[in-house]
Amino acid sequence: MTQYLIRRILIALPTILVMSFILYMILALAPGDPLSQFAANPSVPAEVRENIKKSLGLDQPAHIRYIFWLGNAVRGNLGYSFATRAPVMNLISQRLPTTLWVVGTAYLLAILFALPIGIIAAVKKYSLFDQVSTTFAFIGFSVPTFFTGTLFIIIFSVKLGWFPFIYDSTLKVTNLQTFMQLAKQSIMPIAVLALFQMATLARFTRASMLDNLPLDYVRTARAKGLEDWKVITVHVLRNSLIPVVTLIALGLPAVFTGAIVTEQIFRVPGIGDLLINSIFNSDTPVVMGIVFIAAILVVTFNLIVDVVYGFLDPRIKYD
Amino acid sequence: MVVMEPLAWYLPDGKLSPALAAEVPTRDNGGIASDGKSITWKLKQGVKWSDGSDFSADDVVFTAQYCLNEKTACGTAANFQGVDKVEAVDKNTVKVTFKAANPNPYQLFVSDSGQILQKKQFQDFTGEKAKDAPGNLAPIGTGAYKVKEFKPGDVVTYEINPNYRDANKPFFKEVQIKGGGDATSAARAVFQTGEADYGWNLQVPWTVLGPLVQSPSSKGDLVIATSSNVERLLINFADPNTEVNGAKAEPNTKHPILTDLKVRQALALAIDKKKIAEQLYGQAGVATCNIVVGVPAYESKNTKCDQDVNKANALLDEAGWKRGADGIREKDGKKLKLLYQTTVNPVRQATQDLIKADWAKVGVDTELKSINSGVFFSTDEGNPDTSGKFYSDIEMFTNGSVDIDPINYIAGWTCKEMTSKANGWRLGNPHRYCNADYDKIVDQLRTELDPAKRNDLIIKANDILINDVVVIPLVARTSPTSGKAKDLKGPLPNPWSGEPFNIADWYK
Repeated sequence: MTQYLIRRILIALPTILVMSFILYMILALAPGDPLSQFAANPSVPAEVRENIKKSLGLDQPAHIRYIFWLGNAVRGNLGYSFATRAPVMNLISQRLPTTLWVVGTAYLLAILFALPIGIIAAVKKYSLFDQVSTTFAFIGFSVPTFFTGTLFIIIFSVKLGWFPFIYDSTLKVTNLQTFMQLAKQSIMPIAVLALFQMATLARFTRASMLDNLPLDYVRTARAKGLEDWKVITVHVLRNSLIPVVTLIALGLPAVFTGAIVTEQIFRVPGIGDLLINSIFNSDTPVVMGIVFIAAILVVTFNLIVDVVYGFLDPRIKYD
Repeated sequence: MVVMEPLAWYLPDGKLSPALAAEVPTRDNGGIASDGKSITWKLKQGVKWSDGSDFSADDVVFTAQYCLNEKTACGTAANFQGVDKVEAVDKNTVKVTFKAANPNPYQLFVSDSGQILQKKQFQDFTGEKAKDAPGNLAPIGTGAYKVKEFKPGDVVTYEINPNYRDANKPFFKEVQIKGGGDATSAARAVFQTGEADYGWNLQVPWTVLGPLVQSPSSKGDLVIATSSNVERLLINFADPNTEVNGAKAEPNTKHPILTDLKVRQALALAIDKKKIAEQLYGQAGVATCNIVVGVPAYESKNTKCDQDVNKANALLDEAGWKRGADGIREKDGKKLKLLYQTTVNPVRQATQDLIKADWAKVGVDTELKSINSGVFFSTDEGNPDTSGKFYSDIEMFTNGSVDIDPINYIAGWTCKEMTSKANGWRLGNPHRYCNADYDKIVDQLRTELDPAKRNDLIIKANDILINDVVVIPLVARTSPTSGKAKDLKGPLPNPWSGEPFNIADWYK
C-alpha cells in the first residue's frame, strides 16, 4: 500500500509539471491581448501600448516566461494580474470563501437530497415517486443553469421581490439579521446549482442501486430472514455507494473552481466569475493560476479516490 | 473620478469647470500665453489629500514626471506629447510649456485622463516599479470619497473623505461600485428591481432595454448623452486577398473593387441608416451622416446620407458592374462579393443582417463574419482577425474622439497612420487610405490657433472622408448609456468626463 502510494505520488508530480507546461503554452498561443481595450482608443498610441506590453513582460518569448512563472509558482507565487496588478494568489484567496460557501453548500445539499431520492426511487421502482423524481431529474440536468437562473430571477426577484439577485460580498455576518440577509442572497444561486447536481447524483445512485438489488447476495440476505430495511441500508447501499463516492469525490475540485455561469448570473464574486472575466480580459496570469490549481486538485482527488476505493471495496488490492 | 480629480472637468456642453484649479486659464485672464506656447494653472488653496496632507503644485509636477518617464508605461502618456516642461511656479501655480504653439493647451491635467497623483504615495514607484505601486489599487485622492475596500473584479466600497474641501458634501455615507455580470441584468437591477441606484454602460439591444425603460412600473431613468462615438463601416483600400511579402492588404496594393469611388458611393447610398438606428439602438443612438460628431460647432451640415437604392443601382451600372443571372453583379467574370467583419455582439450581428439585405437589393453579395472582441481589438501580430490587419473588405466598430479636441482622432486617417506589416498593424488607419489633401488639412489643424478656423478645418476633414466614402458612418451612439434610480438626483449625462465626475453632488 505504502509502495503504491509513493509510486502514485511520483507519477503525479511529473503529470502536474507537464500539465502546467501545456496549459501555459496554450494560453500563450491563445488569441487576444490584454491591451485590446486600448486598441480603438486614438489617445493611446502604438508606442505607449508597446511600453505597457514591455512593462508586463510580454516582450519575452513564451518559453522564457514559462520558466520564470514555474520558478515563482514552486515558491507559491502565481504572478500578478495584468488587469489589476494584484497578486494572483490574493485574488484567488479573496474569492475562495464565497465560492466554497455557495458552490460547496449547493454540493452538500445536492448530496443530502440526491442519495435518499435515488435510493427510494430504486427500491420503489416504477412507483409514482420514481416517476416524479425521474422526471425532475431529467429536467434538472437537461435545463441549463443560465435558463433556470434567469427564470428564478424573473420569478423571485422581479415579480415577487423576495430575494435580491445581486450578491453583496461586502456583507459581514455578525448577527441573526445579517445571516438572514446572507441566506436570502445565496438562496437562488445555491438552489440553481443544487438542482442541477442533485439530478445527476440521484440518477446515478438509482442506477447503481438497481445494479445491486437483483444480485445473489441480496437474495441470500432476504432468505436468511433479514428485515427489508436492513438489507437495503447495510447490504445493498454499501455496495451501491462505491461508484457514487467516486463521482462525488471527483466532483469536489469543481467546488473550488466555482460555477462560471451561475456566478455570472447572480454576480457572485467567486472563482468561476474571476476565471471567466480573466479569460475575457486576456488576463493570462489569473487564468493560469486558477486552471493550474484546478489541475492539481483533479490529480490529487483522483489519487484520493483510488486510495479510498481500497478501503471501501476489499476486493481491490494494491501492490 | 470618485477618488481622484484633475485640474478641471469638461462639462456636457464642452466647457471646462475647475476641479483642483481655482479657475480655468484662458487667453482673456492671461492663463494661456498669447503665443500659445504655455498655460499657467492657478490651484485652489487649502485643498487636502484624504490622508490629511496638503495638496500642492508639487503633486501636479510629479504627475507629469511620472508619466513622462517612458518606463512607467503610463496609459495617458499621449497627453504629454509636445510638452516641453511642467514646472511649479510657486506652491499654488503650475506652468506647462509646449515645444510649439499648441491649439489645445488643455491637453493635460483635464478630465479622466488628467487626474492628479499624490507625490507622497507614488514617488517611490516611478519607472519600472510603477506596476507594483500599492496606490494602483487604493489611490489617495482629493475627491469627495476615499477607497474603503477594493476587491478587484468584484466590488469597490468608498466612504466619505473627511478632508474633502466642501464640508457639507458628499451626501452618501458609502458608495459601492459592483462589477461583473452582464449588461442586461444590470439594466434589470436598475429598472425592474431597484437593487442598484445606477447602472453603467447598459449596451443592450433596444428591443430588450426599451421595454424595461418604458414600462409603467420602471424604477429608473435613462442617463444618455450624444457623444463622439460613431458606429461605422470601414472600407479597405488595400487588397486583402493578395499576399505581398508575407502580408495581405499592404498599403501598396489596391483593392480590386473598392478603389472605385462609384462602388463606394453605391454601397453608402444603399444602406437604410434610419432603420438601423430606430430598430436596434432606439434612444441609444441616431442615424448620422458624419464621422466627426458630438460637438455642434464642428459637426458638418454639408453631408447627406438618405437611402437611395435607384441611385445606387445606377452608379453600379455606370461602374460597369452588370447583374448576373442570379441577381449578383459581375464585371470581367468576377462577382461583386464582399467580406464584412465585426465583433460578436447581438446589436452588431443584427446590423450586419440589415446591411446585407440592403446591399442584396443593389446586387452586392455579402459574406458576414463575426470575431470575438478580445481578438478583434488585439494587436496580436500572429492573428489574421484583428481590426488593424483588416483582412476583409468591410469592417465595423465604434470609435470616436476621446478628447473634445478631435485632432488625434482626425489624424487617424492620414497616410503615415496606415497600418502595415512594418508597423505591426498598430496604427490608426486600417483603411490604408492616403490622400495628400487630407494630410494637408490635418497639418494645418496642428498649428491653427483660432477656434473658428479650427472648426472649419475639422468640418473640411470630415467632409473629405464622407464624400470620398472612406468610411460610412451609421449611428451616432450615446455615451454614457446608463440608467439611474428615479430618486437619485445629480448625475449629469456627460460624454467628455467619466460619469461620476460630479459624484460629490449626488443625493437621494
